[in-house]
Amino acid sequence: MPVSPPHLVIAPIIIPLALGALMLFFEDRERRLKLALSLVSVATLLAVSISLLMRVHFDAQPVMAVYLLGNWPAPIAINLVADRFSVVMLLLTATLALPALLFAAERWERAGAHFYSLFQFLLVGLNGAFLTGDLFNLFVFFEVLLAASYGLALHGGGPLRVRAGLHYIAVNLVASLIFLIGIAMVFGATGSLNMAEIAMRAEGLEGFAQPALYAGLALVALVFLVKAGMWPLSFWLVPAYSAAAGPVSAIFAVLSKVGVYALLRLALLLPGEGAAFGSTLIFIGGVGTLTFSCLGVLASQSLKRAAAYFILMSSGTLLAAFGISHPAGTAGALFYLISSTLAVGGFFLLVELLEREQDTASEVLAVTLEAYGEGEEEDEEEEVGQIMPGALAVLGVAFGLLALVLIGFPPLSGFLSKFAILTAILGPGAEELAGQSTMRNILASFLIISGVVALIALTRTGIRTFWAPVEPFNPRVTVLETAPILFLVAALVVLSVMTGPVMELLLATAEDLHQPSRYLDAVLGAERVQPSSERGP
Amino acid sequence: MELVIAAAIGVLAGSGVWLILRPRTYQLVIGLALLSYAVNLFIFSMGRLRVNAPPVLEGSGAVDVTAYTDPLPQALVLTAIVISFATTALFLVVIIVARGLTGTDHVDGKEG
Repeated sequence: MPVSPPHLVIAPIIIPLALGALMLFFEDRERRLKLALSLVSVATLLAVSISLLMRVHFDAQPVMAVYLLGNWPAPIAINLVADRFSVVMLLLTATLALPALLFAAERWERAGAHFYSLFQFLLVGLNGAFLTGDLFNLFVFFEVLLAASYGLALHGGGPLRVRAGLHYIAVNLVASLIFLIGIAMVFGATGSLNMAEIAMRAEGLEGFAQPALYAGLALVALVFLVKAGMWPLSFWLVPAYSAAAGPVSAIFAVLSKVGVYALLRLALLLPGEGAAFGSTLIFIGGVGTLTFSCLGVLASQSLKRAAAYFILMSSGTLLAAFGISHPAGTAGALFYLISSTLAVGGFFLLVELLEREQDTASEVLAVTLEAYGEGEEEDEEEEVGQIMPGALAVLGVAFGLLALVLIGFPPLSGFLSKFAILTAILGPGAEELAGQSTMRNILASFLIISGVVALIALTRTGIRTFWAPVEPFNPRVTVLETAPILFLVAALVVLSVMTGPVMELLLATAEDLHQPSRYLDAVLGAERVQPSSERGP
Repeated sequence: MELVIAAAIGVLAGSGVWLILRPRTYQLVIGLALLSYAVNLFIFSMGRLRVNAPPVLEGSGAVDVTAYTDPLPQALVLTAIVISFATTALFLVVIIVARGLTGTDHVDGKEG
């Protein structure tokens, strides 16, 4: 292994798991230590993802890294697969986790117990779900990330959060049970849980096994769509996400993308008649989600609800674009996935700072801080850290830049990604999609309409918040709270500048996805590690 | 035996779904528990129903696999039981907190 050691593939799961568990041994008072450990974990994850990216794409001979747990030959036992798609998602998660963590360090970590451990376990679940090549293992990692997310969604407490959290947990528990039924049906039909082996066996199924497989997969896809927030399965999302603490909502932005990821991974692995399995339905759902989220963004009274609707808008765009199922369109949609996730994450953090003065959430926080024996008046003065001068100006500029991405205005990545999708479905080279001209036109118009809606909503809030507020206010924010937002804005600027190489990477990713044989070959042809002769018999 | 298992799954799942749609949190928890029993039985049955066949292979030589039942669904059921047990416990905590904060056991936090 010239570039990186083979065990690097499992590092994104092991590192947060070990550090998160380690942190449970310390009391919550040891904040500095816990923060330091969390930062070490996230920074290592970032480094590992970049190193894996080098291996799967930028290497002279890029390979899909398959990690055989327990060194069993490929279709047996669980395996982890780091291909371009998973590594891109790993990198995205780590990039969003770092600012969310820093943001939480200023204030939110004190609002409840075990924030850092839960955060790390959430990362375990996310990274595991991105890496695993086994359907049941995917379920287990889903449960890990959901269990952590239940804790995080309720972080800070208060009636509002608990009420939204109750619905969130109930919906996801039912979804998990449906997931299990789906997995069981797939297993019953194919006799395998390995995604590559399922895809391989799906072609030769006869009799009752064929409809059983498709019914099972439809149930599994239903669960992913609940996670992704497809209308009409998405009514739980907005209350839960908008009630959660700022940094938690920011990392939840990537949570809804897990559903999109799993859906895409599974749908494209399966043989279909010309298009991916169920793509028309996904397309219709995506357009429905876009409509719903456009109305929601316009109707939202609070910025945080609007931010949650932006998550739905991003999911809707992705589902509709993936429904077209065309490699270039998929690449554009992946670019949109990255840029919209970072932008919505940053937006959640920003909104938190703006609304905390007026919002009920801050009152709730004040109450819970008291319950934990914190947040006395004099205490707060010293704890609050360095107050940022000219905070409103900085936040205003950050708001403007994030709005540019969310709307899809040039020159930032939001525009570039939408442009990439539009070029793929309308530009030269789209002739091969002739049969889907209605779908393409609908997608193109909805992309543009959603941009206009975002423009209206964000202009309105921008003017109301920064230019002509009802009561002039100067948010008391600290440098440490602003830095994560600026980090995300900077990441988006870098993404926009580096569009060339990034699009190359994403085109290669989309081609991998649309040619499942590459994935199958990599997994089923994975070589076992030969036991070294010196070590025992 | 197929009929018995199918009926058991059907009754459990039907009762579970009905309870989940009820407005009280306690009914919700019991509904989820019943539904998870139904799901566990269903996973179990997906390994095909066999009577008097052990799931563990004996001996290291060549064995006749048709004499054994599929061990994998049993392992899956075990995992599923543990996970649903843990999440139900967690959900119970949330429900008790919600009861304390809102003063009602209605799922929406208010009567009516």
